[in-house]
Amino acid sequence: MPITYTSGEQVEVFRFSVPVTVGVPLLALIFQAFIPRWIPFFTIFDLPLLVTIFFAMARRNPVAGLLNGGIIGLLQDALTHQPIGIYGIAKTVVGYGASSLGVKLDLENAGARLLVTLGFYVIHEVVYFMVARGLVNLTLLWSWPHELWSALANAILGVALYAVLDRFKQRT
Amino acid sequence: MESVLGRYRNLIILVGVLFLQVLGLAVQVKRTTENESTRLIRVWTVSAVSPFEKAIVWTQSSTAYLWHNYFYLRGVRAENRQLKAEIEALRLEQVRLNQDAEQARRLQSLLGFKEQFIAQTIAAQVIGSSGSEQSRSIYIDKGTRDGIKPDMAVITADGIVGKVLRVFHSTSLVLLIDDQSSGVGAILEKSRLQGVLRGSPSGEVVMEKVMSDEQVQLGEVVLTSGGDRIFPKGLPVGRVSKVSPGSELFLNIRVKPAANLGKLEEVLVVTKVDEKEAPPMANGPVRAIDILAQRLPSVPDKPPAPDTNKPKDAAGPGPSPSGTGPGAVSANADPSKPGSAAPNATLKPKAAATGTATGHKLPNNGPAASPNGAAAAKATAQAPAQTVGANTDSGSPAAPRAGDGTSSSVNTSATKVGNKAATAGTMKAPVNSRPSAPQAAAGQNATTVSPKPSTTPPQDSPQ
Repeated sequence: MPITYTSGEQVEVFRFSVPVTVGVPLLALIFQAFIPRWIPFFTIFDLPLLVTIFFAMARRNPVAGLLNGGIIGLLQDALTHQPIGIYGIAKTVVGYGASSLGVKLDLENAGARLLVTLGFYVIHEVVYFMVARGLVNLTLLWSWPHELWSALANAILGVALYAVLDRFKQRT
Repeated sequence: MESVLGRYRNLIILVGVLFLQVLGLAVQVKRTTENESTRLIRVWTVSAVSPFEKAIVWTQSSTAYLWHNYFYLRGVRAENRQLKAEIEALRLEQVRLNQDAEQARRLQSLLGFKEQFIAQTIAAQVIGSSGSEQSRSIYIDKGTRDGIKPDMAVITADGIVGKVLRVFHSTSLVLLIDDQSSGVGAILEKSRLQGVLRGSPSGEVVMEKVMSDEQVQLGEVVLTSGGDRIFPKGLPVGRVSKVSPGSELFLNIRVKPAANLGKLEEVLVVTKVDEKEAPPMANGPVRAIDILAQRLPSVPDKPPAPDTNKPKDAAGPGPSPSGTGPGAVSANADPSKPGSAAPNATLKPKAAATGTATGHKLPNNGPAASPNGAAAAKATAQAPAQTVGANTDSGSPAAPRAGDGTSSSVNTSATKVGNKAATAGTMKAPVNSRPSAPQAAAGQNATTVSPKPSTTPPQDSPQ
């Protein structure tokens, strides 16, 4: 078990059952595609990103985190009409970063989760913006207020979502 | 070396995974200019997600249907009464609009305009979206098995929605008009200025390519121009919400879409668009060119050739009992050409009695000789060469002009008068003499010239 910098204590590494590993990201994708049909405002949320961060922090394994993030991102790309890989790259970076951070920090309390999610949302958007502009030549508008408000909204939703998903954790 | 790999194992894997994805992205970007097929991962993802979405939509719509149609019927009677009153009002409106539509069709026919008709649509239900702010697209529950193809227009009763971008077996991806990669040919309804409608990164719809020295009114209706070959012409797009100077010499016109793109539930996919010339009026009033054609100096009358195969009502120059006779000679011209006579022109009572029914030169006191028509007649008479029997449309209903010497002058008038004079003559009459509905009906009963003189087969023509 890794020892965190913050608490100085050992933190547990969790694992998840196969249905949860497959079902939760799939549900996140479905809700992400379905809910904006009724609530257009919901597009500011990124459920697949929150799921990526949660699994990465819980598993504390960078390889698993980046692979998990990459797969979820690629699936999310497939739902759009844009080239596949933009979300994939962004979520791979986030998955790697979140799991690497999870090894070093104790991220079990709500405050830490809020800050981590907020930070990784911004990182995710920055990477997405760079890839979309630099590689795919998409015209995107970057607005700091919009991004920060979205990050805050996602962080709050994330804290609530993580509390629910904690129930599916299995001790190694 | 081994220790280095082990030490940076995670980082190396990260770089490797990112590299693979960038590589894949680069391949896709390179291929977007070609006619690439749908990626397998898209098919898998859509196939995995869409059944759940369909199930949710089905449950929701079934519940709503059950509630609205079996339980929640409060106020239905009052609404029914209100709708009936509305229907009555709309019927009155329809009568007036029919008159206008007939006039428009008549003019289009005269000018050889081509119209686009939405011949077939498929209703589809919106089952999901891309879920991304950067990709403004929706999924519908119809795919290849329903006959959906890429680049089909998607509309609602309010206005256009977008076009089909990708088609799967039972679902399709529709690119909305507010996506930045979409483009729609548009025209302003009043000023008739044309431009290109595009989505912006912020999700607004902007009309581009309108010169900055043009005047655009706020609230002006924007329609499709048909120039993109996807949306038929004349479909509502939205209204102008803001006009500001744009880049270079163009205006930046923001358009508020007529359809609520944020809350789409059902849409129509246009699966078939017909393009055809407006049909000539079946029972419209007489056109000046018909009268002109019969008043032109022409070759002398020939005695009708004895043709035993010919029905009586088509052979004789005299008025037939049904009002049908060789007077319908004007029908041999191509209706799509300006100045030509419609095959099924219907005459007013006097015209039929004096002109059409005789099938020969009309006396100079022809009933519908408008000033324009007279001018055209004069021009025709002065034409240096008259093409006799220039009718090339032998298959048309006009072909059976057997033994009718005057028929040649009809074509002459249509082809030699000159489009301007002939068009003026033909257009003026119906515009100025638009009958009221009862009048038109009376005219039809009294004077209808048979639109299809099928009693005389074309091969009987002695030409």
